[in-house]
Amino acid sequence: MNESANERVSESANQRPGNPPNRSSADSPNRRIVDSLIRLAPWLGVSAFLGVFFFYPIARILALSLDLSALTADNFALTFSVLRFTFYQAFLSTLLTLALGLPAAFLFARFDFRGKAFLRTLTAIPFMLPTVVVAAGFNAWLGPRGWLNLALMRLFGLESPPVIFVGTLGAILLAHVFYNTTIVVRMAGNALAHLDPRLDQAARSLGADPPRLFWRVTLPLLRPSLLAAALLVFLFDFTSFGVVLLLGGSRFATLEVETYLQAVRFFNLPLAAWLSLIQLLCTLVFSILYSRLVPRAAASAPRPAVSNLRRARAWSQRLFVSSFCVLLFAFYFLPLASLPFRSVARLEADLGQRGQIHYGLTANYYTELFVNRTGSLFYVPPVRALGNSLGYAALTVILSLALGFPAAAALARPRRLERILDPFLMLPLGASAVTLGLGFIVSFGRMLASPWMVPLAHTLIALPFVIRSLQPALASIPDRLRQAAGSLGASPVRAWFAVDWPIVRRATLAAAVFAFTVSLGEFGATALVSRPEYPTLPVAIYRFLSQPGGLNYGQAMAMATVLMLVCGAGILLIEKLRFPGAGEF
Amino acid sequence: MLELLDIHKSYEGQPLLTGISFTVAAGETVCLLGASGSGKSTLLRIIAGLEMPEQGQVCWDGEDLASLPVHRRNFGLVFQDYALFPHLTVAGNVAFGLKMQNLPQAEINARVADSLEQVNLASFASRRVTDLSGGEQQRVALARALAPGPRLLMFDEPLGALDRTLKEELLDELRRILHAAGVPAIYVTHDQEEASAVADRLLLLHTGRIVRDGTPAEVWRAPGSAWAARFLGLGNIVEGVVTLNVGRLNVKIQAGVFGLDCGHAHQVGEKVNLLLRPSGVSIAADGNLRGRVADVLFQKSYYRVTLENGLVFHLPEAPQVGARIRLRVPVSAVECLA
Repeated sequence: MNESANERVSESANQRPGNPPNRSSADSPNRRIVDSLIRLAPWLGVSAFLGVFFFYPIARILALSLDLSALTADNFALTFSVLRFTFYQAFLSTLLTLALGLPAAFLFARFDFRGKAFLRTLTAIPFMLPTVVVAAGFNAWLGPRGWLNLALMRLFGLESPPVIFVGTLGAILLAHVFYNTTIVVRMAGNALAHLDPRLDQAARSLGADPPRLFWRVTLPLLRPSLLAAALLVFLFDFTSFGVVLLLGGSRFATLEVETYLQAVRFFNLPLAAWLSLIQLLCTLVFSILYSRLVPRAAASAPRPAVSNLRRARAWSQRLFVSSFCVLLFAFYFLPLASLPFRSVARLEADLGQRGQIHYGLTANYYTELFVNRTGSLFYVPPVRALGNSLGYAALTVILSLALGFPAAAALARPRRLERILDPFLMLPLGASAVTLGLGFIVSFGRMLASPWMVPLAHTLIALPFVIRSLQPALASIPDRLRQAAGSLGASPVRAWFAVDWPIVRRATLAAAVFAFTVSLGEFGATALVSRPEYPTLPVAIYRFLSQPGGLNYGQAMAMATVLMLVCGAGILLIEKLRFPGAGEF
Repeated sequence: MLELLDIHKSYEGQPLLTGISFTVAAGETVCLLGASGSGKSTLLRIIAGLEMPEQGQVCWDGEDLASLPVHRRNFGLVFQDYALFPHLTVAGNVAFGLKMQNLPQAEINARVADSLEQVNLASFASRRVTDLSGGEQQRVALARALAPGPRLLMFDEPLGALDRTLKEELLDELRRILHAAGVPAIYVTHDQEEASAVADRLLLLHTGRIVRDGTPAEVWRAPGSAWAARFLGLGNIVEGVVTLNVGRLNVKIQAGVFGLDCGHAHQVGEKVNLLLRPSGVSIAADGNLRGRVADVLFQKSYYRVTLENGLVFHLPEAPQVGARIRLRVPVSAVECLA
């Protein structure tokens, strides 16, 4: 019923684009009101959800910070230093990311070489991996119990780890570079690959020597894309939470980490709200700047008639290609590979073991996950965290699809209402996960005992992505297909299952997998919202990593490995299912 | 004067250009005409210095250009897809080459204005190039190439992306501008009408060689090879056998026997290719060509008659479809293609 009415509305809109809705005599005022109500229906669920779990919490944060009780001189100084450090580390991270990303972009955009697709995928994987996995990976590679330190200690008979990595600014920067290089590779690389080689030839024929060619043509053409990429990287570095907390420790407090510490450790909610507000404002400014840059970046990238790709010929090119391939491979492969290998390697004294150390392979860290040891960090065996995570992820999938599907279907045939509502749906993207978590704490403090809060927070984070990946698939189905099905005798419902569903099926599955992996890996909001007795996998990894002892460390490695494998499988599945044009930056 | 000497170039192991030599005299517009993949664009890129020949020389006034990089050759280039700088205005594009010469700003301004005037875009100076139509963009590209006063202009299928009317309009304009500027030019195209409209001299490029070199009128009159006649769309190409050679040649094809004048020395019994031009032919009871009418198509000033043997002729009157007719093909309508 609803569907057929909906179709009629959208058909009349589609047939006469730009015209006001059909006002023939058949459309009585009553009829129009019914139509409007039907069009509002898909929005009820998602609006109620966003209202209660996003706008209301944000309003509470605003109200709390405006009460100004947090604005003591001490807090002001703290805020200032935190803000300064946040900018400082984001700026440094962005510079380093560009330093690695620009040559990498050049490598991928201009050269053809064996293993290119693999290397490209390898650099893109971290972007989708949970922060705790990346942090655990770097820990397994460079941390005090990581491969490098253990090898150096064994080799030179040292007593303590010679390389100090965890707890340094360098660790934060390195992890940020690891995460975001793919953005530069994608955006700057696209712009570079789409540079029309004829522009370059035209400039040369007009007398431009190589330096002037670069400064007058190549750079001006790339500038919008470079700026957009740099700004996006900066935004991610600015709002990064997990890696800063796990690799830097509370010594290096960014806005996000400080918000978390104030809310969870010191329970100073007004100060946390105040920090959140600053975070929101900064994000807003960056987002506006970014959205102004993107159209320009897109406009300056006309498709080239000829491919820019070539094989490296000159020795200098070969040297660049091979050495950079090795560098990129090592940079990305080592942290990712260190983790699973570390999780099955016994390299130090186990719990209760004195003197003789047994080196070798072990499944111990995995089997210990099922044991509820006295004196363990939880009252339950750690494997319960995996169970919780899977349950939360399943709930997130159901919730975000149930809310996102109707909204995406309505957005696929946008009219004025949909155009107005669209940006509101994307607003949760602008708030950091920690802010969302804080919003939950200040709004629903008493209800936090309920394990429901975690999947609700995860749904909030996954929803914009779910909508954005369903929408293009739904929009791609021309009305004519459904009309053809109708003229062949299919009822609207049958037409939907015969025509729409086969097209939307893949996108739906991709959106579901996406929501699932987002929920599995989510750390920022979960760290604030989850109850100690219902930990998720990332929270458990964080707690185990911050405890001393080889067994705790090994168990963190084991859990991070499981999380990495599940999320990695999810990422690959999404890539296979991805609808063209969906889920781009 | 541009001079090419025995240029060789291969592409992915296949020979693309094999021994190309020609000259372009001062003020002359030479058209390189060939099918796609004939290597004509590559040849242009070799002249421009964007690619190096594997063998042979590109010379200007007797000086080998091999060691002169693109940006110091002062050869203007106009591309099919215009290749305007999207980050510069119309005036900025035209001024680019002048800035590269480090001219004073006042002179640059004056010469940009002149060039835009030349291509009738004087009022467009401050427009963004992305807002222009295809024809306007191509004029900007021409003005940009002309402004620095190049010693040679090169066009790589410059009108390929435009529609027919606009093409004809721009061709007229282009010819006028080229003659006014007196710049020698090389014009690459696969379109024979475009070529004949713009060229002082045509070079037909086929299988890596120049197969015909002459004014458009000469080339049309005597294409010289079956490929050239077919490529230029001059008419029916049929194979026949020489039956008599007494100063004048008699050639027998399946549909009849033709007499023709031919400069070549042919043996009796030798196979030759003939070009039967479609026009100048009339229906006559004692005609030298037989056939049955398969199709008749009205074409404004004539009827296009297709015979069942595949031959096509332009006749002043329409025969019945299915009728057996005889046509008189005069000597002037037959050409021996050797």
